[in-house]
Amino acid sequence: MSGLLLEVEDVSRQFVVRRSVLGRPAAVLTAVDGVSFSLEAGETLAVVGESGSGKSTLGRLVLRLIDPTAGRIRFDGRDVTALKERELRPLRRNAQLIFQDPYASLNPRMTVGQILAEPLALHGIVPPSRRAERVNELLRLVGLEPRMISRYPHEFSGGQRQRIAIARALAVEPKLIVCDEPVSALDVSIRAQVINLLRDLQQRLGLSYIFISHDLAVVKHIADRIAVMHLGRIVEIGPNSTLFANPRHPYSRALLSAIPVSEPGAKRERIILRGETPSALHPPKGCAFHARCPFAVARCRTEQPDLVGGAHAAACHRADELPPAVNVVPHQGRLPRALARLVDAFRHRPDRQGGAGVDTVKTAGGMGAARMP
Amino acid sequence: MSAADHLLEVENLKVIFHGDRGRTTHAVDCLDLTVRRGQTLGLVGESGCGKSVTALAIMGLLPRGSAEVSGRIRFDRTDLLTLPDRAMRNLRGDRLAMIFQEPMTSLNPMYSIGDQIGETLIRHRSLSRRQARARTIELLRLVKIPSPEQRVDDYPHRLSGGMRQRVMIALALACDPMLLIADEPTAALDVTIQAQILDLMLDLKASTGAAIILITHDLGVVAEVCDEVAVMYAGEIVERAPVNVLFSSPQHPYTIGLLASMPRLDCRDAELAAIDGMVPNMAALPPGCRFAPRCPFVREICTQAPPPIVRIGPSHESRCIRAPLEQVLS
Repeated sequence: MSGLLLEVEDVSRQFVVRRSVLGRPAAVLTAVDGVSFSLEAGETLAVVGESGSGKSTLGRLVLRLIDPTAGRIRFDGRDVTALKERELRPLRRNAQLIFQDPYASLNPRMTVGQILAEPLALHGIVPPSRRAERVNELLRLVGLEPRMISRYPHEFSGGQRQRIAIARALAVEPKLIVCDEPVSALDVSIRAQVINLLRDLQQRLGLSYIFISHDLAVVKHIADRIAVMHLGRIVEIGPNSTLFANPRHPYSRALLSAIPVSEPGAKRERIILRGETPSALHPPKGCAFHARCPFAVARCRTEQPDLVGGAHAAACHRADELPPAVNVVPHQGRLPRALARLVDAFRHRPDRQGGAGVDTVKTAGGMGAARMP
Repeated sequence: MSAADHLLEVENLKVIFHGDRGRTTHAVDCLDLTVRRGQTLGLVGESGCGKSVTALAIMGLLPRGSAEVSGRIRFDRTDLLTLPDRAMRNLRGDRLAMIFQEPMTSLNPMYSIGDQIGETLIRHRSLSRRQARARTIELLRLVKIPSPEQRVDDYPHRLSGGMRQRVMIALALACDPMLLIADEPTAALDVTIQAQILDLMLDLKASTGAAIILITHDLGVVAEVCDEVAVMYAGEIVERAPVNVLFSSPQHPYTIGLLASMPRLDCRDAELAAIDGMVPNMAALPPGCRFAPRCPFVREICTQAPPPIVRIGPSHESRCIRAPLEQVLS
């Protein structure tokens, strides 16, 4: 780790969802509420939570795609909270975004070459004469073949499109990529390829990631630190292994206990929460989680807990009184030996070129071509 | 296991879609499937493998004009494919019910949930409106919707995603079906809500005795709910086994690849195992084994002719010529 890249201090964002006849705000939704965290260079921070917890809004705030209502954001030592659109150029170049849906995030009327050359031209990074060459490099970097350069997005599968989106984000050589559910829309077998690619690129290029996801098994695999969000606030943040070994917030415990694992009869104590996520329009008083919390006491209904506890912090009045979280995370035994060896066959393919998960195979257009060992 | 024990027998099911300019797509090919009474069968596979098409074929919901369905589907000793439309309509929603993935689009926004569940009861059970309403409230209570007496008059937009999925389940259970097909019932839901719905399905499985076909891409969900699993790839079932056997000793490379691609909680590998390449185009399938282009154990023989079905145990079959796969390790 080599120093702080991003510092987010007490950032909030409110949206007006309804206005009165006179145009005054009649209903306000607080999507992100007093969130603070920092991110080091080369680090991956996962932001987990359910729909409506404010994790995507947080990602967009960090990139200044939407403006915070309150709080400060420092990127690479510079306060970017109040920068005007023109002054934001350096931030735009250094921080990029990958969206969930690779079908909606690529312009269907541009070829892959145009999609990848656009940011190069916009930021004046590579002189026009060298752009084609750089586009080829980018395609190879994400495991696509340079000959695909003049194809349109519809000619690619979902996994390949996500690779194009990653290449586009990489074009400007960013320091930070906010990945907003980058693999949720992909099939299981393709998902693993893209996760491998993201990790491989991180190691090679020293990228930092903010990895927004609801899939805790994927998060466990990719994150250095994890922040759990609930109704706009971070309720727990800590190093990956510590948070999984000893989740301190009852909501994190419920999330972890609900991870579906591919093992029938896995040892676990599943925590089934009663009721529904409360509405962000009318957040409950006190701790927003108290209505669903099995440990709630009178204090939780009136007083909002602060996020305390140093490197592994939790926002819970009773964090220190909770019973030990022994069987909260489902316990997965080791794979039987024969199966583990068969699984390994999918890990290291000798004929694989370049980085992880690179598929040298065909496109959606002309499929069926095979690559034999 | 006697044949009388079999609630559903699908034999040699083929679904061919006729597209523009004479293009045909074989969505489902030579599919055999049996579901015993009270059993929960998981039908697993990725997008486009034909799992939903199989379900729609069983339900008789594929478009007549463009989909050609052949083979045999016997449900409780009735052949569904030769059944007249009228009889099929009587069966559907009564003894044969289905839950769809997207609870928002499968409920009618113009009618209260009470009206929608009541309609089924009035149509199939000839209840009066008053009786239907009483039974609807009972059903909403069964799927654990709080204050069902008030909720019965709500419209779908007033309910959250989890609640809507509960309404869909109540609707499917209205007439005590013998077979319930659930197509990705939790895919659109948050994890804590998914846990609630899975918990509910386990409860209902015990209390109603209905057989369930659970269609999903999530092996974690399968491990939790199912008794037996059939894995589909490119329109075929490539492996079927009891759930414990499938997860401890899978015998088709695709199943192993799927298991390998799921990040495990017990260790954090530097590199996740992944299945290279992508699913074949259903309009231009490879001549031999359909998984061969992506298989790490592939041999020349695999690409020459379609692989046979290899029997590994009493109820364990794999469509792989190299099964049992332990032999490829030595």
